[in-house]
Amino acid sequence: MASREKAAYFKGGILPWLLLAPQLLVLVVVFFWPAGEGIFQAFFLTDPFLSRMLFVGLDNFAALFASPEYWDSVRVTFVFAAATTALSMLLALALAIAADQVLRSSMVLRSLVIWPYAVAPAIAGMLWLFLFHPAFGVLALALRDLHIDWNPLLDGGDAMALIVGAAAWKQVSYNFVFFLAGLQAIPKALLEAAMIDGAGPLRRLRDVVLPLLTPTTFFLLVMNLIYAFFDTFGIVDAITEGGPGGATRILVYKVYKDGFQAQDYGSSAAQSLVLMGLVIALTVVQFRFVERRVNYG
Amino acid sequence: MIERAYGFKLVCWLVLAAGLLVIFVPIYYALVIASQPDDAERLSLFTLPAGHLVDNMLAAWGKEDLQRQLFNSTVMALGITAGKLVISLMSAFAVTYFRFRFRMLAFWAIFVTLMLPVEVRIVPTYEVVANVTSPLAAIAALTGIELSLNLSLIDTYAGLTLPLIASATATFLFRQFFLVVPDALCEAAKVDGAGPLRFFRDILLPMSTTSIAALFVILFIYGWNQYLWPLLVTTRADMTTVVIGVARTLPTDNADTQWNLTMATTLLAMLPPIAVVIVLQRWFVRGLIEQEK
Repeated sequence: MASREKAAYFKGGILPWLLLAPQLLVLVVVFFWPAGEGIFQAFFLTDPFLSRMLFVGLDNFAALFASPEYWDSVRVTFVFAAATTALSMLLALALAIAADQVLRSSMVLRSLVIWPYAVAPAIAGMLWLFLFHPAFGVLALALRDLHIDWNPLLDGGDAMALIVGAAAWKQVSYNFVFFLAGLQAIPKALLEAAMIDGAGPLRRLRDVVLPLLTPTTFFLLVMNLIYAFFDTFGIVDAITEGGPGGATRILVYKVYKDGFQAQDYGSSAAQSLVLMGLVIALTVVQFRFVERRVNYG
Repeated sequence: MIERAYGFKLVCWLVLAAGLLVIFVPIYYALVIASQPDDAERLSLFTLPAGHLVDNMLAAWGKEDLQRQLFNSTVMALGITAGKLVISLMSAFAVTYFRFRFRMLAFWAIFVTLMLPVEVRIVPTYEVVANVTSPLAAIAALTGIELSLNLSLIDTYAGLTLPLIASATATFLFRQFFLVVPDALCEAAKVDGAGPLRFFRDILLPMSTTSIAALFVILFIYGWNQYLWPLLVTTRADMTTVVIGVARTLPTDNADTQWNLTMATTLLAMLPPIAVVIVLQRWFVRGLIEQEK
């Protein structure tokens, strides 16, 4: 994609740099400089009171990887990301397939489904907390009437279920828009041919529709993982603040807590570097996939 | 297609009903709570909306700092949106329509920022914004000059918006769009004696209005819903955004809290972005789908 060129173009000179200047200035000041400083900090021990720095090599990383609390956070993050991604994609796929099958036009349904996308993660968290708060949440009270133990403020599993619910709820609309577009792009002739061959709706779904949706599914898988890893900070902060007992302390939340509240800059920077590695890996996977699809799709 | 598969169709309708139920339950109970009078009984699953929604919303509207926070959110969302659109359009034009040395370097410099979301460089970015001259001072220190400038963007609109306006995604989308604009248009403009800026303003920009509209919706939502960044760079209640303001009124066990007012405030904070998505739905969906390409 980077190799594509325009055949008609203007001569260089100073103008292109002037056009690029605002973007590059912002990039240098708030991206490259802080990222460089972060990499630097990861190898130093900072004393918050004396503003002195001591080179410690890989000690910050060694301490991080030796800390059971960190691995706990890694485990929590992966459970949360996997559950959120699976739940919101499955729900969106089911909705999109059902809409595609029985509705003549999906426009009205789309309006009804897309609005949670516009709800801020922190506010989505609040809405869900109001439903499931053990003291006054209407659904929590209903669960109690059914004699089901439920207390996300005290029980780690319940807290995890609650943030997964809120995060997945917010993401269903995004996934739905893509699945619906993917379904509508499937040529009707293929489905009719399968029907004439005697394939029932379920068989058509399994053998025609789902395989043709693979590119969309893969794209959404990456986007949902990125969402769960990074964009859900507000949900965690609003509902659980990482608790109870670290049961919902996802990696991004830990970077924030260690950096801003514990003022452990070295460890926070080392954690940021690990996260950066994760983003790079996901971006590479996504772009390799995009290239493959351009070539063979 | 004519086929009798009533069982399957029935399942589809059930899936639709169940899905919509899940999507609407949180907002339904938000409305139920926000419409209760101040002396309401304890709520249950079967409590119906009461008649005080408008009163509660008006009361919430009059609360300290709320109007100011709504205004801050609007400034932030529009500032980020406009900033991103302008600098992305300019950079995309530069890297698509010019040949110059280090062009690919500039392109990749923008590209790698995809891999540096604010969440992974929280502390150092905060430090830079707390004193934007610190990079300059550090460079000066290397050359032996002591600089003691201090320009903090904490609690300013610039601090809320500037760090978030760089955008690899928007630059790519515009570049993709420019690449499919027929070359003949540029040739014709050149033949007619139009310079690059004239071509940009009179031909390229008018052609890009749909893409701009599509991105506008996505970016507005992105800006309005920011959480981590405003949490860091604002310390005063009158400089923060409405999302942060609402999240600070978190439910606690305190029985005195007026849930109806809290919920009414939450609804006010949700309304603007939801209205934008619903009203500009066509562009919103288009903007989303284009990200896959």
